[in-house]
Amino acid sequence: MMTTLDDLLWSYQSLIYGLGTNAILGLSMYAVLQLGQLSLGQAAFMGIGAYTGALLTLKLGLPFPLVLAAAAAAPALAALVIGGPTMKLSGVHLAIATIGLGEVLRVAYINTDAMGGALGLSGIPEKADFSIIFGLLAVILAGFILASRSKIGRACEAIREDEDAARVMGIDVSAYKMTALVISAALAGLAGALNAHFSSFIGPNEFAFETAVSILSFAILGGVTTPFGPVLGAFVLTALPELLRPLHDFRLVFNGLIIVLVVIFLPRGILGFRIRRTGKPPPC
Amino acid sequence: MLAQQLFNALVLGSVYALFALGFTLTFGVLRVINLLYGFYVAAGAFAALVAVQSLGLGLWAAGAFGVVTAGLVAVVCDFLVLTPLRRAKAPELSSLIVTLGGVLLMNSLMQIAFGAEVRRFPARLLSQDAIAIGPLLVAPIQLVIIATVFVLVAALFWFMERTRLGTAIRAVAERPDTAALMGVNVGLVVSGVSFLSAALSAAAGILIGLDFNAVHPYMGEPMMLRGFAIIVIGGLGDIRGALVAGLALGFLEVMTAGYLSSNLKEAVAFTALILGLWLRPNGLFGRASGKRA
Repeated sequence: MMTTLDDLLWSYQSLIYGLGTNAILGLSMYAVLQLGQLSLGQAAFMGIGAYTGALLTLKLGLPFPLVLAAAAAAPALAALVIGGPTMKLSGVHLAIATIGLGEVLRVAYINTDAMGGALGLSGIPEKADFSIIFGLLAVILAGFILASRSKIGRACEAIREDEDAARVMGIDVSAYKMTALVISAALAGLAGALNAHFSSFIGPNEFAFETAVSILSFAILGGVTTPFGPVLGAFVLTALPELLRPLHDFRLVFNGLIIVLVVIFLPRGILGFRIRRTGKPPPC
Repeated sequence: MLAQQLFNALVLGSVYALFALGFTLTFGVLRVINLLYGFYVAAGAFAALVAVQSLGLGLWAAGAFGVVTAGLVAVVCDFLVLTPLRRAKAPELSSLIVTLGGVLLMNSLMQIAFGAEVRRFPARLLSQDAIAIGPLLVAPIQLVIIATVFVLVAALFWFMERTRLGTAIRAVAERPDTAALMGVNVGLVVSGVSFLSAALSAAAGILIGLDFNAVHPYMGEPMMLRGFAIIVIGGLGDIRGALVAGLALGFLEVMTAGYLSSNLKEAVAFTALILGLWLRPNGLFGRASGKRA
């Protein structure tokens, strides 16, 4: 029994680990999306975490837990600077502010020799294993579920239903949004560092616009009404192209199509968390 | 040297301004951040390239073909993707997300259809020999760019101010419901704006493709980043602001590349965007506006 499980783990190792890190990425998108905010910097935050983690392991040889903590902290700091001005503006502004980050960082990685330049960083020790990745995923998921059932969850719900009404009721909307963004960036950084420590290689082009939209597709497919949604979405969209080989070349086409179809055909189902006051009352 | 840099900045800035005009027009009228807008850069450039290579058209005819093709593609895309959401009065964020999926879909399909390699317009289209004008060395393409942008911007302002459709577009931008009650055909206005803005995007794409001598499926992405910086700094939906901010961004990029480092050039738009959001969130000429509910 043990040997078959080991065989399975061995032959599908990178896919199985990828399921775990992509689920964390899906949850990182959930953290902001559930407040009606859209961040397109998730891939960039993931990249900051991956590069921070890989450099700390390769150059300083820090212990892995410390590496992971630093990889979560670095993008959180970046999120404060970039997201700061948009907290009082609409959710669209956060998307605009974050969309360019990945491209700027890509150029920076390529032109910095210490970061491996265009070749990227290779030979990163494989320190992330099944129990670390899925243990962290379980802890994060549990954290989101507990939060969603507490006062925090009800405040988030109030904000996504009607921001102004939530503010009137005494909820500090900007603080909630900022916290969500910081947590979201930290989770993306964590996923990036985990990813770097099992694939053993990271390159400057892995954290660009396409990756950001793919992460969004995890959350959109699964929906953001419960934290299980993005996890499920990430599992499906990661496993499907691997299992159905013909899909593999069309992976990005498929991710894009999923977003378009889900938003058009379920505009209030999965994304219908914000009620327009000028529109008709939603049928519910 | 400085004169030459300033001239190059004018050329680059006018392409940016042209691109951003359509982007801000879409937002101003349709209230949608349309990420498909970046796709029309590549769509227009590829259509023009096909017109040159397969149909044997000359520079201006191929350009017109590319612009009109991209405009028609935009009318179809917007009808399929954005009209259902507008009918359902879906939130702003849904429209943004749907166009995000759309641009990933279209860019990837384009890469599958045309390949990822960089293509070039044939050299026969335009003389490559620089002309000396006073202290300046001017490439013919630079003259084409300045002339085209000048004519298109003038035509856009004339169209918006002096024609019935332009007036209708401004009415819909102001208040779509009232405009509809006054007998404005909102569906027609929406299609018109889709066509017009994609045509501007495609024109910018063709000019960029000629200027840098490179056409590839993802050429719209760097333009989108600049477009965002320009429309945020100029003020969302503000045509005059987009014109000024576009020229200013071209100036800043050329000066950064010329006097600091060409690597830093890529970071100029993003830095300007973040500074703009911190310092003037409502744009250069923005009034402190209440939230649109």
